[in-house]
Amino acid sequence: MGKNLYNKVFERHAVEQLPSGQYQLLIGLHMVHEVTSPQAFAMLREAGLKVAFPERTFATVDHIIPTTAAERARPLSDSMAEEMLVHIEKNTLYHGIRFFSPEKGEQGVVHVVGPEQGITQPGMTIACGDSHTSTHGAFGALAFGIGTSQVADVLATQTLAMSKLKVRRINFTGRLNPGVYAKDVALAYIHRLGVNGGVGYAYEFAGEIIDGMSMAERMTVCNMAIEGGARCGYVNPDETTFAFLRDLPYAPKGDAWERALLDWQSVASDADAEYDDVVEIRGDDIEPFVTWGITPAQSIGVNQTMPALDNFSGSERQVIEEAYDYMDFVPGQAILGVPVNVCFIGSCTNGRVSDFEIAAEVIKGKKVAKGVRALAVPGSMKVKVALEQKGIDKIFIDAGFEWREAGCSMCLAMNPDKLQGREICASTSNRNFKGRQGSPSGRTLLMSPAMVAAAAISGKVEDVREVM
Amino acid sequence: MTSKIVERISGTGVPVRGNDIDTDRIIPARFLKRVTFDGLGAHAFEDDIAAIAARGGVHPFRDSKYQGAAVLVSNANFGCGSSREHAPQALNRWGIHAIVAESYSEIFFGNCVSLGMPCFSASHDVVERILAWIESNPRSATDIDVAACTLKMGDEVIPLSLPAGAKGQFLDGTWNARAQLLANLDKVRQVASTLPYFTDYQ
Ligand code: SF4
Repeated sequence: MGKNLYNKVFERHAVEQLPSGQYQLLIGLHMVHEVTSPQAFAMLREAGLKVAFPERTFATVDHIIPTTAAERARPLSDSMAEEMLVHIEKNTLYHGIRFFSPEKGEQGVVHVVGPEQGITQPGMTIACGDSHTSTHGAFGALAFGIGTSQVADVLATQTLAMSKLKVRRINFTGRLNPGVYAKDVALAYIHRLGVNGGVGYAYEFAGEIIDGMSMAERMTVCNMAIEGGARCGYVNPDETTFAFLRDLPYAPKGDAWERALLDWQSVASDADAEYDDVVEIRGDDIEPFVTWGITPAQSIGVNQTMPALDNFSGSERQVIEEAYDYMDFVPGQAILGVPVNVCFIGSCTNGRVSDFEIAAEVIKGKKVAKGVRALAVPGSMKVKVALEQKGIDKIFIDAGFEWREAGCSMCLAMNPDKLQGREICASTSNRNFKGRQGSPSGRTLLMSPAMVAAAAISGKVEDVREVM
Repeated sequence: MTSKIVERISGTGVPVRGNDIDTDRIIPARFLKRVTFDGLGAHAFEDDIAAIAARGGVHPFRDSKYQGAAVLVSNANFGCGSSREHAPQALNRWGIHAIVAESYSEIFFGNCVSLGMPCFSASHDVVERILAWIESNPRSATDIDVAACTLKMGDEVIPLSLPAGAKGQFLDGTWNARAQLLANLDKVRQVASTLPYFTDYQ
């Protein structure tokens, strides 16, 4: 029997088994952002420690940064945001860590920046103090979100104490129907396996549908592995991966490229690799999904109605009741036609060039519905420039979208972009938790960029297939 | 170098019923805008507290009868969502020293280990019994024995579970992994030297 990628990559990074039974795992790439790192740098300072591998550590600023040019003038008007920005600037300078800053035009959401710079590569172990680090798994890397104490562990030792996971292969077979996107694939496996179905597992995403996806789409699929409870998610590296990496700033060059290719090919799962579990999901069964509740698993196909309470029992039923109560929806209600107040396209889930291109197709020549506030927030400054070079920004601006600077923005609203009161937001982000988008009573409907674009035009949840 | 040994947690309980209580609810994102963990305890569950208060109810974290509690009890998938260590930090700074729930998100569990705050699990029925007991005995202390993995409430001793690895770390004071990790730095550099992306084309 052959080996899967998880085991191959884990084994070559294992330093030692610890008395706890966990392994000390070497981390090849450490990404850092302003929210979860200041306390970690302080822990280092207090213990008199240095960053062990500063050249394997990269930083950017994404969560707190405002997304209009005017609001980005320094010092930031929010003094706490300014203090956090100053901390990341000082800490990276002091420790010799590369900082992808707004001034250099390289800033963006950490999970967009790593891949676009070519820093994220196959066969690596990657850690970041952010749960959506799973995104980087799209390149055939093991990528883990970690807490602040662990950020300090990685800074000080370039290692983590990690338990060995089981591996579940999820095969997506057949093909996706028109109007169905990578985001729907993500919502589909979470719907099928639940928000904690992945606990104890790494998810390997595979099958014809994944094979045929671009890197941006694979990143969307891997991004949400954590929402399904999996510790990480990955796709085996292939020609699509290598073609994407070729010529990126941090990709190997010349002869080193050839050597890297051999190494990257060798880490992919063997054809006869063993798995702890295998699940099949048919492309035909995936529709444009919309969440109606307060967890990413509480979703339905756009033409379905919200589930009856009788389908659930015990504490599961409690969560469903809580969701109805918070969202102010009722069982049996259609999601189609639910009015929306705000539309948000962006985040590490769907903030890449192709996400905006797809949305642009839907809104081209149309106008955002009256009373709807629509935000387009590129995932990085490079994404923004690339879209502007193609003239895509014009399509958004002409339709009545706000065309913004890069950042996490309304994904979790740690910057000025927030929902107000009970507003409902059609969002391409990854979490519909209570209060997630900045208003303690605000409501989030997760969906694909095409679906958010369609909702922006009609002012209510729409089936994008009807307007394409 | 070891940290404090964690072998016993005694104190009253606080019942926080519900599945999938995510870290955005434990500490809303706006309280992440700070460069230390100081003062987070005052904001634990702040939005849930306000939402319940708006309907004339009181969240257990504000209910006078649960003030001073050391043991938080909840249902399944507690601490899911964001990896923010601010969530266990907020609970810890509010006064929590141990959690009992049906299950946890893995990142949250790990974050709690690195704070020396054990997360025990138990079946749904057992958790419901503990919740009910705390609700009828809010002023009575429970007593958790880490080595035995039990919770004593009144005369009843309830078995809980805790993975052996984490249990060992609490009992021998190695729950803060950093010292162990640092001790192997030479070996870390040696493993790094075998990986092409560390040496050949970085
Ligand atoms: S875009 Fe959202 S999910 Fe992604 S890193 Fe930023 S806040 Fe987290």
